[in-house]
Amino acid sequence: MSRTGLDTEVTGRRPGVEAPPRRAARPLSREVVETRVLGVLKWVTIAFFVVATIFPFYYMLLLSVRSIEDLALDPGALWPPRGVSLDAFGEVLRSVDDGGQGFVTFLRNSGVIAIGSVVATLLVSILGAYAISRLEFFGRRQVHFLFLAVYLFPAILLAIPLFVLFTRIGLRGSLLGLTIVYISQTVPVTIHMLRNYFATVPASLEEAAALDGATRLQIIRKVALPLAKPAIMATSLFVFMIAWNEFLFALLFLVEDRGRWTVSLGLSQLAGSIEVAKTVLMAGSVILTVPIIVLFFATERLLVEGLTSGAEKG
Amino acid sequence: MREAPLPAAEAPRRTRTLRQQEARAGLALLSPTLVVVLAVVVLPILWTVLIAFQRLRLRDLRRTGIFGADLTLRNFETVLTSSGFLDALKVTLIYSIVGTTLSIGLGLVAALVVRKPFRGRTLVRASMLLPYVAPVVAVTFVWQVMLNPELGIVNALGADLLGWQDPIPFLDQRTGTLSVLGVDLGVPTALVVVILYQAWRYFPFSFLFILARLQALPGELDEAARVDGATPLQRFRYITLPQLKGVIALLTVLRFIWTFNEFDDVYLLTQGGAGTEVVSVRVFRYLTGRGDVGAAAALSLVLAAALAVLLLVYFRFFVGRSSEAEAI
Repeated sequence: MSRTGLDTEVTGRRPGVEAPPRRAARPLSREVVETRVLGVLKWVTIAFFVVATIFPFYYMLLLSVRSIEDLALDPGALWPPRGVSLDAFGEVLRSVDDGGQGFVTFLRNSGVIAIGSVVATLLVSILGAYAISRLEFFGRRQVHFLFLAVYLFPAILLAIPLFVLFTRIGLRGSLLGLTIVYISQTVPVTIHMLRNYFATVPASLEEAAALDGATRLQIIRKVALPLAKPAIMATSLFVFMIAWNEFLFALLFLVEDRGRWTVSLGLSQLAGSIEVAKTVLMAGSVILTVPIIVLFFATERLLVEGLTSGAEKG
Repeated sequence: MREAPLPAAEAPRRTRTLRQQEARAGLALLSPTLVVVLAVVVLPILWTVLIAFQRLRLRDLRRTGIFGADLTLRNFETVLTSSGFLDALKVTLIYSIVGTTLSIGLGLVAALVVRKPFRGRTLVRASMLLPYVAPVVAVTFVWQVMLNPELGIVNALGADLLGWQDPIPFLDQRTGTLSVLGVDLGVPTALVVVILYQAWRYFPFSFLFILARLQALPGELDEAARVDGATPLQRFRYITLPQLKGVIALLTVLRFIWTFNEFDDVYLLTQGGAGTEVVSVRVFRYLTGRGDVGAAAALSLVLAAALAVLLLVYFRFFVGRSSEAEAI
């Protein structure tokens, strides 16, 4: 395995035409051993990764259909020993007045925030990405440094002044305030994703439209956007996931009023209380996770390509 | 929004004004982005600096003006000399270094095993991304319940299969003892669990980027080495790994920054208890627990400064040296 070992093997081949019969035996056997061992190890590793990544989600589902008494009796069961019950889902979704946990309200809040963030971020970043990829202007190349700020500083640092500011102007505690924060957190990445895509659309198409007398905004809407549809889908999903999953800002801004909680915030707040059964909250976790996983599996290829494009170049 | 005429629609002799018009259109289209990023990111960061030098308490928020309070160094004195600050810094460092290494290492292994096509590969690949895309609150909750001493499956299986005498409170135990060959070793249980969780949740990010790079590698080099008799391990060590250096260096920087600043995962798993208090969680405690906005801002600046110093050291000593040997 040492560097010299490889070098002699590699260089030793070139001059000697007579060498192969004797030499071939040794590297070949090592080749065979390594290939066989690695071949087995590979499947062991794949199995390990699949179990490690899927099991917690299976466990989530499993607990959501068991009762808490049943769980306390037999915490090690890998299969619901006394049948499946969907009661937990009913309890977690019902409003507090009806003896439930009010997740329907949380779902509505999360949905409003996530969809609002998607729409607003798209509007802002389509214009910005188009400008950066197509137009020559002062500061075009410097814009990236500005965006670095978003990712270099800890979220908690940003949270302090925003907490103060939003308290002052009365936006704290409102879904709108949170949406504005999410736009600012996602715009840098979405501009990057869209810009890469606009760069692959031939500029000649837009020039043709310009010659036909289309204005800049018409060109964006009628030529560039339809071509960039896959990228826009991927970007929307990315923003939706960030907004749906976010925790810190939701905690700081919305914690005081239960009617404004998002699903993430609601689950985290109730997880600490001893009054709500863990199995009921597991049903809440399933409700929180399922939309994201469904969206993700439906569009995995799009999303992955959008995020890692450019990474191939190293 | 005002629209500037397009260059192509204009007469060619007025090039200078055209360029100006294009510049103006560019800025106009970018202005919403700039406004949002300036208002909600850049100005707040600058404001944090100001707050860090003011004695600002949560209950005075609505009364004090932006420049209302006197400037003072008291906040820095408070946070730097408080008990537990050095411990928090140490925990943050250990958490970031080990967490980053583990998550990139796992990502590399995962990318290597699914590199070549096989039946069900798409499904395996998608399952490996699950921990990263799922909501943080949901996965931390599942981990909490799995590790719960009374209800959790880990302790149940430990008692049934491994004969554990007492259940282990994984997330509440500061130090546990592990007997290896008769020697008792002290293990920071909660910190180890939090780091393992970090590796589990974030390896998919490294996995994605390394896999993308792997699949773009030209096959000729590998083929040539195979013909020359290099074994699989040698080909990995001398052919594949050097070509992954760039992406791994990038991932190291990104993951380190994010882990160093991490708040959600640690707070949700342990609330910073049992020896897992990282600096971000401490900032949060100053802000909400003690209502000391000034001290929270000061500590968050210390965190950012520490990160900047570490990154500087990294770029100076690690990246600088390897790029002398071979340009990445």
